[in-house]
Amino acid sequence: MFSHLILGLRNAGLPASITEYLTLMAAMKAGVAEYSVEDFYYLSRATLVKDERHLDKFDRVFGACFKGLEPPEGVKPQELPEEWLLKLAEKLLTPEEMKKIEALGGFDAIMQRLKELLAEQKERHQGGSKWIGTAGTSPFGAYGYNPEGVRIGQDKSRNRSAVKVWDKRDFKDLDDTVELGTRGMKLALRRLRRFARQGAATELDLPDTIKSTANNAGMLDLKLVPERHNTVKVLLFLDIGGSMDDYVKLTEELFSAARSEFKHLEYYYFHNFPYERVWKNNRRRHEEQIPTWQVLRTYGPDYKLIFVGDGAMSPYEITMPGGSVEHWNEEAGTVWIERLTGHYRRAAWLNPTPKPGWGHVRSITMINDLMEGRMFPLTVNGIDEMTRELSR
Amino acid sequence: MAGFRSTERYIASRDLEVAVNASVTLQRPLLVKGEPGTGKTVLAHEVAEALDHPLIEWHIKSTTKAQQGLYEYDAVSRLRDGQLGDERVHDIANYIVRGKLWDAFEADEPVVVLIDEVDKADIEFPNDLLLELDRMQFFVYETRRTITAKHRPVVIITSNNEKELPDAFLRRCFFHYIRFPDRETMERIVQAHYPDIRKDLAREALNVFFQVREVPGLKKKPATSELLDWLKLLMVEDLPVEALRTNEKQLVIPPLYGALLKNEQDVHLFERLAFLARRG
Repeated sequence: MFSHLILGLRNAGLPASITEYLTLMAAMKAGVAEYSVEDFYYLSRATLVKDERHLDKFDRVFGACFKGLEPPEGVKPQELPEEWLLKLAEKLLTPEEMKKIEALGGFDAIMQRLKELLAEQKERHQGGSKWIGTAGTSPFGAYGYNPEGVRIGQDKSRNRSAVKVWDKRDFKDLDDTVELGTRGMKLALRRLRRFARQGAATELDLPDTIKSTANNAGMLDLKLVPERHNTVKVLLFLDIGGSMDDYVKLTEELFSAARSEFKHLEYYYFHNFPYERVWKNNRRRHEEQIPTWQVLRTYGPDYKLIFVGDGAMSPYEITMPGGSVEHWNEEAGTVWIERLTGHYRRAAWLNPTPKPGWGHVRSITMINDLMEGRMFPLTVNGIDEMTRELSR
Repeated sequence: MAGFRSTERYIASRDLEVAVNASVTLQRPLLVKGEPGTGKTVLAHEVAEALDHPLIEWHIKSTTKAQQGLYEYDAVSRLRDGQLGDERVHDIANYIVRGKLWDAFEADEPVVVLIDEVDKADIEFPNDLLLELDRMQFFVYETRRTITAKHRPVVIITSNNEKELPDAFLRRCFFHYIRFPDRETMERIVQAHYPDIRKDLAREALNVFFQVREVPGLKKKPATSELLDWLKLLMVEDLPVEALRTNEKQLVIPPLYGALLKNEQDVHLFERLAFLARRG
């Protein structure tokens, strides 16, 4: 009778099941709703929705089902903001370069082509040789915009390397309340917790009890040990923004999973590569930065350091002073990572990109060498491997 | 149908009433979520009162195991009794310690079971209770006995959303999310708890309360239970209404703020904002 409601809910992405539908029917039969539409609404909500995040969705579907409303059309494809392109040009091109472009057919023509590419790239699979950002092979590389390739804000291509990020996007803070689908991840992190609780938490010391009972000529002599507390300390460094945009969701999942598994968990954000400053609140990243030295001073070497980042960047960002995409760093990234891994002997790097592709990106190979091979993919298996490595 | 309704002390919205009644009628667990301090735990007490059933409370901690709710086998006392030659040792049933759910299942009258803060426990905890809550029975391995509920108890489970609950568990429950009450409901709640409170005091206090809740960046927003504690303090201190009066723009640290702000960062933040407001 109400099957279209449940079908509508499932179409809207609500995980309502047959069991719940049957429960609703049983409740109707038992007269819980007492023939009032409002009560029926409350009843079906209590039966079919199991998470407050879905309440709004449920309201819309319910309205659509019982008022004959048409569901809203799909979200309109986003328009490309004009200022993207302008800012890109302003930031990247020197006057000489602009002149060069004039010679190559005019700035407008190039921009037009760039715009087309951007639009196309949003919809189609990445790859091939014409996409923006595949260094050297795209027309933009050839025209000499930027020998290392241009990274455009929202494209979804992999393995690009950026020399300058052109906008200061207000990156969304990693929301540790995002829990969607993190259960699998958490179960994987239970493995991390195993090393966290070094030695099982036992109140009765069985071997000692047996030993002392034997010594006591068979008279029971109970030996108790105090319960051990979870002493693991984890320092998370999360890459945010730039090339990590693709992986923010995956990182969020790891983050919210890690959050509830450890007593001592500190986290900091960095962009692409850790330098002399990190930050805690991404919304105020430009005001509230914390010197990395302070982090090194505050947290002792007993912390386990875990980086999360895709490691896709221009090699200069790692090796050269001033290589950072955002600011002038006095000391090269290598200096900082050596300082960090020197201080924290148990350190690992989690990479959300698939492992087979790592060999093709130079910066990833470099980081892996810097981490002494302790880079792991952000998968259940990868976390497992990392756990074993860190607890060694 | 005799069901659960708002009482003199507990103001329940209509959707909460329906959810509770559905779970009572179909004898399935009710999962309640909501901001801390919105009356999740109190709900179980009120339901027990309304249905005139005894309440069995099971408070969950991070170390709680599902098995502890059913029964525990006390091997150590049996070992000791064996040493001392106690007669009890021959019957293993003497060393089975009943848990809260066993008590609830074996009770001679229907009871209300509160499983409080289920999200505090290990991530596997809800899965370990699936069958027990679904069939309302479990098996005792030591005595080879199946314990079945004489009367299916009304089970109310609260969660603060610290951990995600498994789908299989959710599918067996009714769900209700207690929203933070709006001003009108809040007035009714205050009235229900303190019927003899001065009207002007209640009004000013609610003004201050909602103003405090709107301060951005508070770690723990004060909720209903904090408001009620605070009002009680105000009434005991018998403060003049003027002490609470604020104008729209200006932020003043409320008297006896310790009842509202539970965290020193919040107090600092508030002091800073109040200081800025006074200067500006």
